Amino acid sequence: MAELSERAERERWEKETYGPFVDRTPERGLRFESLSGIPIRPLYAPADLEDWRYAEKLGYPGEFPFTRGPYPSMYRGRFWTMRMFAGFGRPEDTNARFKYLLAQGQTGLSAAFDMPALMGYDADHPRARGEVGKEGVSVSTLADFEILFRDIPLDRVTTSMTINCTASVALAMYLALADKQGVSWDRIGGTMQNDMLKEFIAQKEWISPPGSAVRIVVDTIEFCAQHVPRFNPVSISGYHIREAGATAVQELAFTLADGFGYVDACVTRGLDVDSFAPRLSFFFDIHNDFFEEIAKLRAARRIWATVMRDRFGARKAESMRLRTHTQTAGVSATAQQPLNNIARVAIQALAAVLGGAQSLHTNSYDEVLALPTEEAVTVALRTQQIIAEETGAPLTVDPLGGSYFLETLTDQMEAQAMAYIRKIDELGGIIRAIDEGYPQREIADAAYRSQLMDDRGEKIVVGVNKYVMPEEKPVSYLRLDEAIEREQVERVGRVKAARDAATVERRLKQLAGACQNGQNVMPVLVDAVKDYVSLGEISDVYRQVFGLYREPIIF
Amino acid sequence: MTERKVRVLVAKPGLDGHDRGAKIVARALRDAGFEVIYTGLHQTPEQIVATAVQEDVDAIGLSVLSGAHNFLFTRVLELLREKGAGDIAVFGGGIIPQEDVQALKALGVKELFTPGTSTQDIIRFVRDNIRASV
Repeated sequence: MAELSERAERERWEKETYGPFVDRTPERGLRFESLSGIPIRPLYAPADLEDWRYAEKLGYPGEFPFTRGPYPSMYRGRFWTMRMFAGFGRPEDTNARFKYLLAQGQTGLSAAFDMPALMGYDADHPRARGEVGKEGVSVSTLADFEILFRDIPLDRVTTSMTINCTASVALAMYLALADKQGVSWDRIGGTMQNDMLKEFIAQKEWISPPGSAVRIVVDTIEFCAQHVPRFNPVSISGYHIREAGATAVQELAFTLADGFGYVDACVTRGLDVDSFAPRLSFFFDIHNDFFEEIAKLRAARRIWATVMRDRFGARKAESMRLRTHTQTAGVSATAQQPLNNIARVAIQALAAVLGGAQSLHTNSYDEVLALPTEEAVTVALRTQQIIAEETGAPLTVDPLGGSYFLETLTDQMEAQAMAYIRKIDELGGIIRAIDEGYPQREIADAAYRSQLMDDRGEKIVVGVNKYVMPEEKPVSYLRLDEAIEREQVERVGRVKAARDAATVERRLKQLAGACQNGQNVMPVLVDAVKDYVSLGEISDVYRQVFGLYREPIIF
Repeated sequence: MTERKVRVLVAKPGLDGHDRGAKIVARALRDAGFEVIYTGLHQTPEQIVATAVQEDVDAIGLSVLSGAHNFLFTRVLELLREKGAGDIAVFGGGIIPQEDVQALKALGVKELFTPGTSTQDIIRFVRDNIRASV
């Protein structure tokens, strides 16, 4: 009876108060909807949550279904990790930026690699021309890693590495470096992005087709579960899916579908779900639509927990608990009036915190123009520190929990994402869906729709299609010295010349053997990189054994 | 005599995988009535120029967001001249600082579009500046 009266009460308000009011003072526009296209009502009230049960939908933080947070005390224990993504030029350039960020109070490292390293080419490869050190740090051999982490004890920091088709090589180099520093593998922590499924869907850095790419990912998951217990071997990433044009709902759905794809592959290999699932981690984009982004993180935790328990039979709470890194949306930044990006980033960062993120990168306002300057990175880091220290947002767990609007939105996003996940299951799983170009096509369509809305002014972008300023003051940005490429080419040449050719040959043969016979590649890789076998040489073995991936052309 | 449609090759040179912009531009030009060929990702300048010549295109639109634009645009222009295909117009877009935009235009790039550009501006550029070869 009470429920009926709640609904009746709202209908009465709509009829008696709201309706007459907007007849006199009309609403601003015809369409009130979220960035994902979810229609937004003028008001949310108890009537929206009539069948909604607290224990089932939310529960308590640190307990199933983890909607309110993966940990019981959240930011009352410690703040999220402030992890600024950095990498450019030579390893010594990035090493200096790392040390600067640590001195500014950053609490974890995050390494960006250049395109040749990300695609499996050494600095001296013809395909690397013009790209060395441009989008990240140039790395070809362990010698570069030694400089990259010079004076940084690996048991005192955690390091996130954004690298995918060559993640196995970077992980091997990090482990080899730990050995050189005398730090045992059970004392190092960090995260490899290592999420190949989203590469085929969105970021598009690959060597071999999905089947063999996922096999190498499973090798790293299995190896870390056994030997590097504090390392997150995969960061299942929605960020790039969103940046490629997906809506928040699509980002949520495709990311979780990728996660289930890895769990499936590991279980198929014979691993016990509770032996590896606690170390799977996530990475979501935080865009402009404040409440939708908060709802997305909460829905992600609930879906992951439920599916891990009910479909994969996870028993440990840690296997059902979704932990996530977040980053403000690069695609939301504008080249016009770039200082406005500081405001966008601050609001997005607050959404990440209210959504219960474990770690956060805040973008620099100048990243839409070039690599960020030290000044711009500092403002971005300070933005996080202001949220942490000044706003009061971290004082209580899930402060928006129970909001009529937010809970309705969380439920709607969950339902829409589950519809996509069921569709992918019907297609035969995520790898089959990728082969058919299904997520790629969905994202390309959404990106095109969004661009047309921008072009027609249906979606306002401040400083771009509204509040435009004719004359803009140029901002200063970071420029890289063209000599960097030459220096890195010379360095890898020197390292390669100093090696014993027979040893290199033997290591590459061992690797090819492991790739062919299905043996875990990680032990072979660690030995190989210690002998300064290069990232490009290892990638050549992957190319030869597994073949090259060719994308379906969809536009 | 019917006029042949303007043919545009949209291409992603280098190792950069950011193809959102390239695909949107390819689709917008197609929807505007041009004939569009999209190369797919990770093309070398040599592959792009070979495709352009083989497909007899009137213009090449290059998309680069990796910072490698100076090398890649310059190389495509050089190769076109070497192949006697210097009449194929080259335009492009990406994250390209203003001073590089000026330098690349001086080298012969017809137009460069930076973030925030409307697809209508790109369509207008092709309509006004690119003619179908006979």
